[in-house]
Amino acid sequence: MRDSQTNSSAVAEKPEGWNRPALIKPSGDGELLEVAMGPHHPSTHGVFRMDLALDGERVIRLRPVFGYLHRNHEKIAEGVSYLASMPYTDRLDYICPITNNWAYALAVEKLTGQEVPERAEYLRVILGELTRFQNHASSIGFLIQEMGASGTPLMYAFREREKILDLFEKLTGARMMVNYMRFGGCRVDASPAWLDATRKVVAGLPEFVNEFDRLLGSNEILMARTQGVGVLKADLAVNAGVTGPMLRGSGVNYDIRKVDGYGIYNRFNFRVPLGDHGDVYDRFIVRMLEMRESITILEQALKDIPRGPVMDPKAKLRGFRPKPGEAYGRIEGPKGELGFYLISDGGPNPYRYRIRPPSLINLTVLEDMCLGHDVADVVLIFGSVDIVLGEVDR
Amino acid sequence: MKKVEEIKAAIEAAVPGAAVEIVSNPSVSGQHSLRLAPESAVAVASFLRDDPELALDFLSNVTGIDWPDKVTAERVKVKRQVVKTVDGVEQTVEETVEETRQRLDPGCLEAVYHLYSVAKKHGPVILRMRTQDRADHVDLPSLTPVWRSAEFQEREIFDLYGIAFTGHPDLRRLLMWPEFKDHPMRKDYREPDDFEYEPTAHDEVLKRAEEHRAGTAVHADAECGQ
Repeated sequence: MRDSQTNSSAVAEKPEGWNRPALIKPSGDGELLEVAMGPHHPSTHGVFRMDLALDGERVIRLRPVFGYLHRNHEKIAEGVSYLASMPYTDRLDYICPITNNWAYALAVEKLTGQEVPERAEYLRVILGELTRFQNHASSIGFLIQEMGASGTPLMYAFREREKILDLFEKLTGARMMVNYMRFGGCRVDASPAWLDATRKVVAGLPEFVNEFDRLLGSNEILMARTQGVGVLKADLAVNAGVTGPMLRGSGVNYDIRKVDGYGIYNRFNFRVPLGDHGDVYDRFIVRMLEMRESITILEQALKDIPRGPVMDPKAKLRGFRPKPGEAYGRIEGPKGELGFYLISDGGPNPYRYRIRPPSLINLTVLEDMCLGHDVADVVLIFGSVDIVLGEVDR
Repeated sequence: MKKVEEIKAAIEAAVPGAAVEIVSNPSVSGQHSLRLAPESAVAVASFLRDDPELALDFLSNVTGIDWPDKVTAERVKVKRQVVKTVDGVEQTVEETVEETRQRLDPGCLEAVYHLYSVAKKHGPVILRMRTQDRADHVDLPSLTPVWRSAEFQEREIFDLYGIAFTGHPDLRRLLMWPEFKDHPMRKDYREPDDFEYEPTAHDEVLKRAEEHRAGTAVHADAECGQ
């Protein structure tokens, strides 16, 4: 068993099973070209490598290689107090730091049974949905950029993202590394001026989505490049633990905001968009529609937000020692199910601190989706998974 | 959603000989778990996935945990024969003495699986498995043939904790590089001084230089008797 650590090449045989990709027989004389795509390939959004075996242009085998950004965040978190890991969670998926904060705070609150005040719940929803909006916008922008539309669609998305990051900066003091949530609430309250500014930004978002949709949704090149590419069947998606827009793009109705109703999501009226074919185009459309649903939630939350404290007054920040036990808390992050599993032995540090990274687990089916496609499509399929390497490698 | 006791009963009815033990969770989260014997784990996992009532088709999270050997000091009452002089006569008297003893709880490695149902929208059901020890018997059956989502997560545990999952289709290190020797998430892991150390042709020379500096070297000229 230990000998299997050797760095086998992409051409090495992999056993087949019902839930494993069917191997493709090479044509002609069977001579394959091995290509190491990455770790510095511009489409990999960071440092990530795919070892491809190509038969002409066709992908015969694909092996993802991880670990270039491995910091062992889980080990670091075992050595510090519960609160000290909060700023570090910003650095996991650095596109959506708020939802990382939220998932961690939720897991600790499950462990200790702390209550979150009403206003803090609303602020969490507002910031979480803004995060989801800017994540989906920029992930679509990156997808189109990788298709060859150099710059323009991405800059459209980044223009909106910048407005949202300005709001984050006004509220938390940082554009990305927000360190905003606490166990039992949020760090600072939002001023009425901030809420008004947010209402103004949210009022402008539908126009952006309409424009984005008009420009991209029926674009001939986009349809030709993405429809029928990277198909993921629903049963494999569930079995492989794929979550988020990728799972819903395959037509599986599973949104943790609806299933668990964590926080106060039960109070909001929103729909779960589903794809049909599970290809790159469906994932793109699902993200587009989720942006519209986020706007619906934001409008409701900004209308209903009550007055009150944003921190549980009994919440303890220093000398925080949860009773022995364990808890798994999960949220519907923009990229999929983001979970934290914590084990407490009664001490000030977690005994075990585990992150369930949606980016890593969604990549399980990367090979299945890419086999048989051209090497140029690998870039698109990979882009449609929507990963951030800070979360994949932790 | 069934309670853990009901799930335990269902497993025992469906999989003959399956040893299932309930591990209660004292925290307010109330997420109790089931400890499986490694021998019957794959059969139990297949049952949980395929049973129409439970339908746990979605394996969310796989976690490795290290439980090192634990030495606890405990006070034990021991009866002893003591020779004492009572009223000028030597007698053997039985006495109860308190003694401090070191109790050793052998450590193990543990894998925890969080299951949900996409079809029935319930969960989590938590499964745990333990290895025999932390050194030589670190095998556990892989659940990747049942749920593909364990593929990368079990590879990560193999990498960082050193649990060898038998039946895993592609068990290689995930995050550390293939030549790396240790398992960094174990509690007793000490990082090396130099991560990029590689033996070189000069190691022998450096070793002799070290001996020379320490004065323990046997000099060639001394052997010549000069």
